[in-house]
Amino acid sequence: MSFRLSYRADPGNPWFSWQYVRDNSDTILAAVREHASLTGRAVLIAVLIALPLSVLAYWVRPLAGPILAVSGVVYTIPSLALFAFIAPYLGTGTTTVLVGLVLYALLLIVRNVVAGLNQVPPEVGEAAMGMGYGRWRRLFRIDLPLAVPGILTGLRLATVSTVALVTVGVLVGHGGLGQLIFAGFQNNLYKAEIMTGSVLCVALAVVLDLLLVLVARLVTPWTTRRAR
Amino acid sequence: MTVAENPIGQAVVWINDPLNWTNPGGMLDRLGEHLTISALAVALGCLVAWPLGLWLGHTGRGGGLVVLVSNATLAIPTLALLTILPVVFSSGFGRTPVVVALAVFAVPPLLANAYTGVLQADPEARDAARGMGLSGGQLLRRVELPLAVPYLAAGFRTAAVQVIATAALASFVNGGGLGEIIRTGFGLGIAGGGGQIVAGGVLVAGLALVAEVVLGVVERLVTPRPLRRGRQRAGQPRPADATGRA
Repeated sequence: MSFRLSYRADPGNPWFSWQYVRDNSDTILAAVREHASLTGRAVLIAVLIALPLSVLAYWVRPLAGPILAVSGVVYTIPSLALFAFIAPYLGTGTTTVLVGLVLYALLLIVRNVVAGLNQVPPEVGEAAMGMGYGRWRRLFRIDLPLAVPGILTGLRLATVSTVALVTVGVLVGHGGLGQLIFAGFQNNLYKAEIMTGSVLCVALAVVLDLLLVLVARLVTPWTTRRAR
Repeated sequence: MTVAENPIGQAVVWINDPLNWTNPGGMLDRLGEHLTISALAVALGCLVAWPLGLWLGHTGRGGGLVVLVSNATLAIPTLALLTILPVVFSSGFGRTPVVVALAVFAVPPLLANAYTGVLQADPEARDAARGMGLSGGQLLRRVELPLAVPYLAAGFRTAAVQVIATAALASFVNGGGLGEIIRTGFGLGIAGGGGQIVAGGVLVAGLALVAEVVLGVVERLVTPRPLRRGRQRAGQPRPADATGRA
Protein backbone atom coordinates (compact mmCIF):
# COMPACT_ATOMS: atom_id res chain seq x y z
CA MET A 1 0.00 0.00 0.00
CA SER A 2 1.43 3.28 -0.96
CA PHE A 3 0.20 5.22 2.03
CA ARG A 4 1.65 2.85 4.59
CA LEU A 5 3.68 4.84 7.04
CA SER A 6 7.09 3.50 7.88
CA TYR A 7 6.39 2.89 11.56
CA ARG A 8 3.22 1.03 10.72
CA ALA A 9 5.31 -1.77 9.25
CA ASP A 10 5.75 -2.80 12.84
CA PRO A 11 2.58 -2.86 14.91
CA GLY A 12 3.01 0.09 17.21
CA ASN A 13 3.48 -1.73 20.49
CA PRO A 14 7.01 -3.15 20.65
CA TRP A 15 8.47 -4.80 23.74
CA PHE A 16 11.52 -2.58 23.67
CA SER A 17 11.31 1.07 22.78
CA TRP A 18 13.98 3.70 23.25
CA GLN A 19 11.33 6.19 22.37
CA TYR A 20 9.44 5.24 25.50
CA VAL A 21 12.54 5.25 27.68
CA ARG A 22 13.57 8.68 26.39
CA ASP A 23 10.13 10.23 26.70
CA ASN A 24 9.56 8.93 30.20
CA SER A 25 13.04 9.06 31.68
CA ASP A 26 11.81 11.13 34.64
CA THR A 27 9.12 8.64 35.60
CA ILE A 28 11.47 5.71 35.12
CA LEU A 29 14.23 7.29 37.18
CA ALA A 30 11.80 8.13 39.95
CA ALA A 31 10.58 4.53 39.95
CA VAL A 32 14.14 3.18 40.07
CA ARG A 33 14.95 5.55 42.89
CA GLU A 34 11.90 4.54 44.90
CA HIS A 35 12.64 0.89 44.27
CA ALA A 36 16.26 1.15 45.33
CA SER A 37 15.47 3.26 48.37
CA LEU A 38 12.72 0.90 49.56
CA THR A 39 15.04 -2.08 49.10
CA GLY A 40 17.94 -0.39 50.84
CA ARG A 41 15.91 0.80 53.80
CA ALA A 42 14.10 -2.53 54.20
CA VAL A 43 17.29 -4.60 54.16
CA LEU A 44 19.05 -2.18 56.49
CA ILE A 45 16.25 -2.24 59.05
CA ALA A 46 15.96 -6.01 58.69
CA VAL A 47 19.68 -6.41 59.41
CA LEU A 48 19.48 -4.13 62.44
CA ILE A 49 16.67 -6.27 63.87
CA ALA A 50 17.99 -9.63 62.68
CA LEU A 51 21.51 -9.42 64.10
CA PRO A 52 20.51 -9.00 67.77
CA LEU A 53 17.77 -11.56 67.28
CA SER A 54 20.23 -14.08 65.86
CA VAL A 55 22.73 -13.47 68.65
CA LEU A 56 19.91 -14.01 71.14
CA ALA A 57 19.00 -17.28 69.42
CA TYR A 58 22.68 -18.27 69.47
CA TRP A 59 23.25 -17.45 73.12
CA VAL A 60 19.96 -18.65 74.53
CA ARG A 61 19.50 -22.00 72.80
CA PRO A 62 15.89 -22.56 73.98
CA LEU A 63 14.91 -19.36 72.17
CA ALA A 64 16.35 -20.48 68.84
CA GLY A 65 13.42 -22.76 68.01
CA PRO A 66 10.67 -20.20 68.72
CA ILE A 67 12.49 -17.35 66.98
CA LEU A 68 12.97 -19.39 63.81
CA ALA A 69 9.45 -20.82 64.01
CA VAL A 70 7.78 -17.43 64.32
CA SER A 71 9.77 -15.92 61.47
CA GLY A 72 9.00 -19.05 59.47
CA VAL A 73 5.28 -18.56 59.94
CA VAL A 74 5.53 -14.89 58.95
CA TYR A 75 7.45 -16.01 55.87
CA THR A 76 4.66 -18.39 54.90
CA ILE A 77 2.07 -15.62 54.90
CA PRO A 78 1.74 -14.31 51.34
CA SER A 79 2.94 -10.76 50.84
CA LEU A 80 -0.42 -9.61 49.56
CA ALA A 81 -2.08 -10.80 52.77
CA LEU A 82 0.62 -9.19 54.88
CA PHE A 83 0.11 -5.85 53.14
CA ALA A 84 -3.62 -6.31 53.61
CA PHE A 85 -3.12 -6.71 57.36
CA ILE A 86 -0.85 -3.70 57.68
CA ALA A 87 -2.49 -1.24 55.32
CA PRO A 88 -5.71 -0.57 57.27
CA TYR A 89 -3.56 0.53 60.22
CA LEU A 90 -0.61 2.28 58.59
CA GLY A 91 -2.42 3.63 55.55
CA THR A 92 -1.27 3.43 51.96
CA GLY A 93 2.14 5.01 52.37
CA THR A 94 5.65 3.67 52.03
CA THR A 95 5.59 2.63 55.71
CA THR A 96 3.22 -0.21 54.90
CA VAL A 97 5.46 -1.49 52.13
CA LEU A 98 8.53 -1.11 54.29
CA VAL A 99 7.08 -3.06 57.22
CA GLY A 100 6.08 -5.90 54.90
CA LEU A 101 9.48 -6.02 53.23
CA VAL A 102 11.32 -5.98 56.55
CA LEU A 103 9.28 -8.89 57.90
CA TYR A 104 10.20 -11.00 54.87
CA ALA A 105 13.87 -10.06 54.79
CA LEU A 106 14.06 -10.79 58.50
CA LEU A 107 13.62 -14.55 58.19
CA LEU A 108 16.19 -14.97 55.44
CA ILE A 109 18.78 -13.01 57.40
CA VAL A 110 18.06 -14.53 60.82
CA ARG A 111 18.15 -18.06 59.46
CA ASN A 112 21.46 -17.57 57.69
CA VAL A 113 23.12 -15.65 60.54
CA VAL A 114 22.11 -18.31 63.06
CA ALA A 115 23.45 -20.98 60.69
CA GLY A 116 26.66 -18.97 60.33
CA LEU A 117 27.06 -18.60 64.09
CA ASN A 118 26.38 -22.30 64.64
CA GLN A 119 29.11 -23.16 62.19
CA VAL A 120 31.75 -21.52 64.36
CA PRO A 121 33.87 -24.46 65.56
CA PRO A 122 33.33 -24.99 69.30
CA GLU A 123 37.09 -25.42 69.83
CA VAL A 124 37.67 -21.89 68.61
CA GLY A 125 35.11 -20.55 71.05
CA GLU A 126 36.61 -22.57 73.87
CA ALA A 127 40.08 -21.37 73.00
CA ALA A 128 38.83 -17.80 73.18
CA MET A 129 37.22 -18.44 76.55
CA GLY A 130 40.48 -20.01 77.73
CA MET A 131 42.31 -16.86 76.67
CA GLY A 132 40.02 -14.96 78.99
CA TYR A 133 37.63 -13.54 76.41
CA GLY A 134 34.33 -12.45 77.86
CA ARG A 135 31.02 -13.13 76.20
CA TRP A 136 30.82 -9.84 74.28
CA ARG A 137 34.47 -9.81 73.28
CA ARG A 138 34.14 -13.36 72.02
CA LEU A 139 31.05 -12.38 70.05
CA PHE A 140 32.65 -9.43 68.29
CA ARG A 141 36.17 -10.84 67.87
CA ILE A 142 35.44 -14.51 67.19
CA ASP A 143 31.85 -15.50 66.50
CA LEU A 144 30.61 -12.68 64.29
CA PRO A 145 33.74 -12.47 62.10
CA LEU A 146 33.62 -16.22 61.54
CA ALA A 147 29.90 -16.00 60.76
CA VAL A 148 30.44 -13.33 58.11
CA PRO A 149 29.94 -15.73 55.17
CA GLY A 150 26.57 -16.76 56.60
CA ILE A 151 25.61 -13.16 57.25
CA LEU A 152 26.48 -12.18 53.71
CA THR A 153 24.58 -15.12 52.23
CA GLY A 154 21.52 -14.02 54.16
CA LEU A 155 22.05 -10.46 53.04
CA ARG A 156 22.26 -11.48 49.38
CA LEU A 157 19.15 -13.65 49.52
CA ALA A 158 17.26 -10.95 51.39
CA THR A 159 18.33 -8.21 48.98
CA VAL A 160 17.47 -10.09 45.81
CA SER A 161 14.09 -11.27 47.05
CA THR A 162 13.30 -7.82 48.46
CA VAL A 163 13.92 -6.24 45.06
CA ALA A 164 11.41 -8.65 43.53
CA LEU A 165 8.98 -8.17 46.38
CA VAL A 166 8.89 -4.37 46.23
CA THR A 167 6.72 -4.70 43.12
CA VAL A 168 3.84 -6.03 45.22
CA GLY A 169 3.80 -2.57 46.84
CA VAL A 170 1.74 -1.61 43.80
CA LEU A 171 -1.21 -2.61 45.92
CA VAL A 172 -0.76 0.50 48.03
CA GLY A 173 0.67 2.64 45.27
CA HIS A 174 4.34 2.39 46.19
CA GLY A 175 5.72 -0.43 44.13
CA GLY A 176 8.76 1.28 42.61
CA LEU A 177 9.29 -0.35 39.22
CA GLY A 178 6.22 -2.48 39.86
CA GLN A 179 4.35 0.76 39.35
CA LEU A 180 5.59 0.84 35.74
CA ILE A 181 4.69 -2.81 35.14
CA PHE A 182 1.22 -2.34 36.53
CA ALA A 183 0.64 0.96 34.74
CA GLY A 184 1.69 -0.71 31.50
CA PHE A 185 -0.83 -3.46 32.12
CA GLN A 186 -3.61 -1.01 32.79
CA ASN A 187 -2.52 1.26 29.97
CA ASN A 188 -3.88 -1.09 27.29
CA LEU A 189 -0.94 -3.47 27.62
CA TYR A 190 1.76 -0.96 26.86
CA LYS A 191 4.49 -3.53 26.26
CA ALA A 192 7.44 -1.15 26.38
CA GLU A 193 6.42 0.10 29.79
CA ILE A 194 5.88 -3.42 31.16
CA MET A 195 9.18 -4.66 29.77
CA THR A 196 11.19 -1.64 30.89
CA GLY A 197 9.91 -2.03 34.44
CA SER A 198 10.60 -5.77 34.49
CA VAL A 199 14.06 -5.56 32.98
CA LEU A 200 15.14 -2.75 35.28
CA CYS A 201 13.83 -4.70 38.24
CA VAL A 202 15.85 -7.79 37.38
CA ALA A 203 18.85 -5.61 36.55
CA LEU A 204 18.64 -3.90 39.94
CA ALA A 205 18.58 -7.28 41.67
CA VAL A 206 21.57 -8.51 39.68
CA VAL A 207 23.57 -5.32 40.28
CA LEU A 208 22.92 -5.34 44.02
CA ASP A 209 23.75 -9.05 44.20
CA LEU A 210 27.04 -8.53 42.38
CA LEU A 211 27.87 -5.63 44.70
CA LEU A 212 27.31 -7.88 47.69
CA VAL A 213 29.42 -10.64 46.13
CA LEU A 214 32.18 -8.07 45.73
CA VAL A 215 31.80 -7.00 49.35
CA ALA A 216 31.91 -10.65 50.39
CA ARG A 217 35.16 -11.14 48.44
CA LEU A 218 36.70 -8.11 50.10
CA VAL A 219 35.55 -8.94 53.62
CA THR A 220 36.29 -12.66 53.54
CA PRO A 221 39.34 -13.14 51.35
CA TRP A 222 39.93 -16.58 52.87
CA THR A 223 36.80 -18.11 51.33
CA THR A 224 37.93 -17.50 47.77
CA ARG A 225 41.47 -18.64 48.51
CA ARG A 226 40.17 -21.92 49.87
CA ALA A 227 37.97 -22.45 46.84
CA ARG A 228 40.99 -22.60 44.53
CA MET B 1 -25.21 2.41 62.88
CA THR B 2 -23.43 -0.36 64.63
CA VAL B 3 -20.69 -0.76 62.08
CA ALA B 4 -17.50 -1.71 63.83
CA GLU B 5 -14.91 1.02 63.87
CA ASN B 6 -11.74 -0.99 63.68
CA PRO B 7 -10.74 -2.99 60.60
CA ILE B 8 -10.80 -6.31 62.45
CA GLY B 9 -14.38 -5.75 63.58
CA GLN B 10 -15.31 -4.80 60.04
CA ALA B 11 -13.61 -7.93 58.77
CA VAL B 12 -15.66 -10.08 61.12
CA VAL B 13 -18.81 -8.36 59.88
CA TRP B 14 -17.78 -8.87 56.28
CA ILE B 15 -16.99 -12.55 56.73
CA ASN B 16 -20.28 -13.10 58.57
CA ASP B 17 -22.30 -11.81 55.65
CA PRO B 18 -23.54 -14.94 53.85
CA LEU B 19 -23.79 -13.05 50.55
CA ASN B 20 -20.05 -12.49 50.63
CA TRP B 21 -19.68 -16.25 50.57
CA THR B 22 -22.12 -17.22 47.86
CA ASN B 23 -22.21 -14.19 45.54
CA PRO B 24 -20.55 -14.49 42.14
CA GLY B 25 -17.00 -13.44 42.97
CA GLY B 26 -17.66 -14.28 46.60
CA MET B 27 -15.35 -16.21 48.86
CA LEU B 28 -16.32 -19.69 47.63
CA ASP B 29 -15.94 -18.69 43.99
CA ARG B 30 -12.56 -17.13 44.64
CA LEU B 31 -11.39 -20.05 46.74
CA GLY B 32 -12.30 -22.43 43.92
CA GLU B 33 -10.42 -20.31 41.39
CA HIS B 34 -7.44 -20.01 43.71
CA LEU B 35 -7.20 -23.76 44.26
CA THR B 36 -7.74 -24.59 40.58
CA ILE B 37 -5.05 -22.21 39.39
CA SER B 38 -2.63 -23.38 42.07
CA ALA B 39 -3.23 -27.09 41.45
CA LEU B 40 -2.73 -26.71 37.70
CA ALA B 41 0.42 -24.65 38.21
CA VAL B 42 1.96 -27.14 40.66
CA ALA B 43 1.05 -30.05 38.37
CA LEU B 44 2.67 -28.32 35.42
CA GLY B 45 5.74 -27.51 37.51
CA CYS B 46 6.07 -31.16 38.60
CA LEU B 47 5.70 -32.36 35.04
CA VAL B 48 8.63 -30.21 33.95
CA ALA B 49 10.87 -30.13 37.00
CA TRP B 50 10.75 -33.67 38.37
CA PRO B 51 11.87 -35.60 35.25
CA LEU B 52 14.56 -33.01 34.59
CA GLY B 53 15.75 -32.94 38.20
CA LEU B 54 15.78 -36.73 38.53
CA TRP B 55 17.67 -37.12 35.29
CA LEU B 56 20.21 -34.44 36.18
CA GLY B 57 20.70 -36.01 39.59
CA HIS B 58 21.03 -39.47 38.02
CA THR B 59 23.74 -38.34 35.64
CA GLY B 60 25.27 -36.13 38.34
CA ARG B 61 25.52 -33.25 35.90
CA GLY B 62 23.83 -29.89 35.75
CA GLY B 63 24.30 -28.76 39.34
CA GLY B 64 25.16 -25.33 37.97
CA LEU B 65 21.94 -25.26 35.97
CA VAL B 66 19.86 -26.02 39.05
CA VAL B 67 21.49 -23.20 41.00
CA LEU B 68 21.12 -20.87 38.05
CA VAL B 69 17.40 -21.58 37.72
CA SER B 70 16.89 -20.97 41.44
CA ASN B 71 18.80 -17.71 41.42
CA ALA B 72 17.19 -16.44 38.24
CA THR B 73 13.64 -16.98 39.41
CA LEU B 74 14.51 -15.37 42.73
CA ALA B 75 15.27 -12.14 40.91
CA ILE B 76 12.24 -12.14 38.61
CA PRO B 77 9.31 -10.31 40.14
CA THR B 78 6.13 -12.38 40.09
CA LEU B 79 4.21 -9.35 38.92
CA ALA B 80 6.44 -9.01 35.85
CA LEU B 81 5.92 -12.61 34.74
CA LEU B 82 2.19 -12.46 35.47
CA THR B 83 1.93 -9.39 33.27
CA ILE B 84 4.28 -10.41 30.47
CA LEU B 85 3.14 -14.00 29.84
CA PRO B 86 -0.50 -13.20 29.06
CA VAL B 87 0.65 -10.63 26.52
CA VAL B 88 3.09 -13.09 24.95
CA PHE B 89 0.51 -15.85 24.72
CA SER B 90 -1.81 -13.21 23.27
CA SER B 91 -4.70 -15.49 24.15
CA GLY B 92 -6.08 -12.76 26.32
CA PHE B 93 -5.98 -12.95 30.08
CA GLY B 94 -7.40 -16.43 30.45
CA ARG B 95 -6.33 -19.05 32.91
CA THR B 96 -3.41 -20.53 30.95
CA PRO B 97 -0.85 -17.71 31.11
CA VAL B 98 -1.44 -17.25 34.83
CA VAL B 99 -0.96 -20.98 35.41
CA VAL B 100 2.25 -20.98 33.37
CA ALA B 101 3.58 -17.92 35.20
CA LEU B 102 2.93 -19.53 38.57
CA ALA B 103 4.42 -22.84 37.41
CA VAL B 104 7.67 -21.02 36.69
CA PHE B 105 7.92 -20.19 40.37
CA ALA B 106 7.14 -23.78 41.35
CA VAL B 107 10.02 -25.15 39.30
CA PRO B 108 13.06 -24.15 41.42
CA PRO B 109 12.12 -25.94 44.65
CA LEU B 110 10.88 -28.99 42.73
CA LEU B 111 13.96 -29.11 40.56
CA ALA B 112 16.48 -28.51 43.34
CA ASN B 113 14.95 -31.14 45.60
CA ALA B 114 14.61 -33.77 42.88
CA TYR B 115 18.24 -33.16 41.93
CA THR B 116 19.52 -33.26 45.51
CA GLY B 117 17.30 -36.23 46.34
CA VAL B 118 18.83 -38.44 43.67
CA LEU B 119 22.33 -37.08 44.16
CA GLN B 120 22.36 -37.81 47.88
CA ALA B 121 21.29 -41.44 47.43
CA ASP B 122 23.66 -43.72 49.31
CA PRO B 123 26.56 -44.48 46.92
CA GLU B 124 26.82 -47.96 48.41
CA ALA B 125 23.20 -48.71 47.57
CA ARG B 126 23.90 -47.48 44.06
CA ASP B 127 27.00 -49.65 43.76
CA ALA B 128 25.13 -52.66 45.09
CA ALA B 129 22.37 -52.12 42.55
CA ARG B 130 24.90 -51.82 39.74
CA GLY B 131 26.58 -54.99 41.00
CA MET B 132 23.23 -56.77 40.82
CA GLY B 133 23.15 -55.85 37.17
CA LEU B 134 20.56 -53.09 37.19
CA SER B 135 20.66 -50.83 34.17
CA GLY B 136 20.78 -47.06 34.50
CA GLY B 137 17.02 -46.72 34.09
CA GLN B 138 16.30 -49.51 36.55
CA LEU B 139 18.73 -47.99 39.03
CA LEU B 140 16.92 -44.67 38.81
CA ARG B 141 13.47 -46.22 39.07
CA ARG B 142 14.08 -48.87 41.72
CA VAL B 143 16.79 -47.39 43.93
CA GLU B 144 17.37 -43.69 43.49
CA LEU B 145 13.74 -42.66 43.06
CA PRO B 146 12.49 -44.35 46.27
CA LEU B 147 15.42 -42.88 48.18
CA ALA B 148 14.60 -39.44 46.80
CA VAL B 149 10.96 -39.52 47.89
CA PRO B 150 11.48 -37.47 51.08
CA TYR B 151 13.18 -34.76 49.04
CA LEU B 152 10.50 -34.84 46.37
CA ALA B 153 7.86 -34.44 49.05
CA ALA B 154 9.72 -31.55 50.67
CA GLY B 155 10.06 -29.86 47.31
CA PHE B 156 6.41 -30.41 46.57
CA ARG B 157 5.38 -28.79 49.83
CA THR B 158 7.64 -25.79 49.33
CA ALA B 159 6.48 -25.37 45.74
CA ALA B 160 2.79 -25.76 46.53
CA VAL B 161 2.87 -23.26 49.39
CA GLN B 162 4.86 -20.89 47.21
CA VAL B 163 2.34 -21.17 44.37
CA ILE B 164 -0.66 -20.74 46.66
CA ALA B 165 0.95 -17.60 48.08
CA THR B 166 1.87 -16.30 44.65
CA ALA B 167 -1.54 -17.04 43.18
CA ALA B 168 -2.89 -14.18 45.28
CA LEU B 169 -1.01 -11.85 42.95
CA ALA B 170 -2.94 -13.15 39.94
CA SER B 171 -5.58 -10.63 40.95
CA PHE B 172 -3.34 -7.83 39.68
CA VAL B 173 -3.92 -9.07 36.15
CA ASN B 174 -7.56 -9.98 36.81
CA GLY B 175 -6.61 -13.65 37.00
CA GLY B 176 -9.04 -14.45 39.80
CA GLY B 177 -8.30 -16.13 43.09
CA LEU B 178 -8.60 -14.93 46.66
CA GLY B 179 -6.37 -11.94 45.95
CA GLU B 180 -9.34 -10.39 44.14
CA ILE B 181 -11.08 -9.90 47.49
CA ILE B 182 -8.17 -7.83 48.75
CA ARG B 183 -7.90 -5.90 45.49
CA THR B 184 -11.62 -5.12 45.52
CA GLY B 185 -11.25 -3.95 49.11
CA PHE B 186 -8.46 -1.57 48.17
CA GLY B 187 -10.62 -0.38 45.30
CA LEU B 188 -13.20 0.70 47.86
CA GLY B 189 -10.59 2.58 49.85
CA ILE B 190 -9.23 1.87 53.31
CA ALA B 191 -12.15 3.52 55.08
CA GLY B 192 -14.86 1.65 53.18
CA GLY B 193 -13.07 -1.57 52.33
CA GLY B 194 -10.86 -2.01 55.39
CA GLY B 195 -12.89 -4.94 56.63
CA GLN B 196 -12.86 -6.65 53.26
CA ILE B 197 -9.12 -6.05 52.91
CA VAL B 198 -8.38 -7.69 56.25
CA ALA B 199 -10.86 -10.50 55.57
CA GLY B 200 -9.17 -11.21 52.24
CA GLY B 201 -5.81 -11.16 53.97
CA VAL B 202 -7.04 -13.68 56.54
CA LEU B 203 -8.28 -15.98 53.77
CA VAL B 204 -5.10 -15.79 51.72
CA ALA B 205 -2.83 -16.21 54.74
CA GLY B 206 -5.01 -18.94 56.20
CA LEU B 207 -4.98 -20.93 52.97
CA ALA B 208 -1.19 -20.71 52.77
CA LEU B 209 -0.73 -21.79 56.37
CA VAL B 210 -3.24 -24.65 56.05
CA ALA B 211 -1.46 -25.82 52.90
CA GLU B 212 1.87 -25.71 54.72
CA VAL B 213 0.56 -27.77 57.64
CA VAL B 214 -1.38 -30.31 55.55
CA LEU B 215 1.46 -30.85 53.10
CA GLY B 216 3.86 -31.12 56.02
CA VAL B 217 1.79 -34.04 57.30
CA VAL B 218 1.68 -35.56 53.82
CA GLU B 219 5.42 -35.17 53.57
CA ARG B 220 5.83 -37.12 56.81
CA LEU B 221 3.43 -39.82 55.71
CA VAL B 222 5.09 -40.55 52.38
CA THR B 223 8.54 -40.62 53.94
CA PRO B 224 9.49 -44.14 54.98
CA ARG B 225 10.23 -44.28 58.68
CA PRO B 226 13.98 -44.92 58.42
CA LEU B 227 14.37 -41.95 56.09
CA ARG B 228 12.57 -39.48 58.32
CA ARG B 229 14.95 -36.80 59.29
CA GLY B 230 14.72 -35.71 62.88
CA ARG B 231 13.50 -32.26 63.69
CA GLN B 232 15.32 -29.78 61.53
CA ARG B 233 18.30 -28.56 63.43
CA ALA B 234 17.90 -24.91 64.31
CA GLY B 235 19.29 -22.62 61.67
CA GLN B 236 19.87 -25.36 59.15
CA PRO B 237 18.44 -23.99 55.96
CA ARG B 238 16.89 -26.59 53.72
CA PRO B 239 18.16 -26.44 50.16
CA ALA B 240 14.74 -25.57 48.83
CA ASP B 241 14.30 -22.61 51.09
CA ALA B 242 16.26 -20.33 48.86
CA THR B 243 13.14 -19.49 46.94
CA GLY B 244 11.67 -16.06 46.64
CA ARG B 245 8.46 -15.21 48.33
CA ALA B 246 5.61 -13.57 46.55
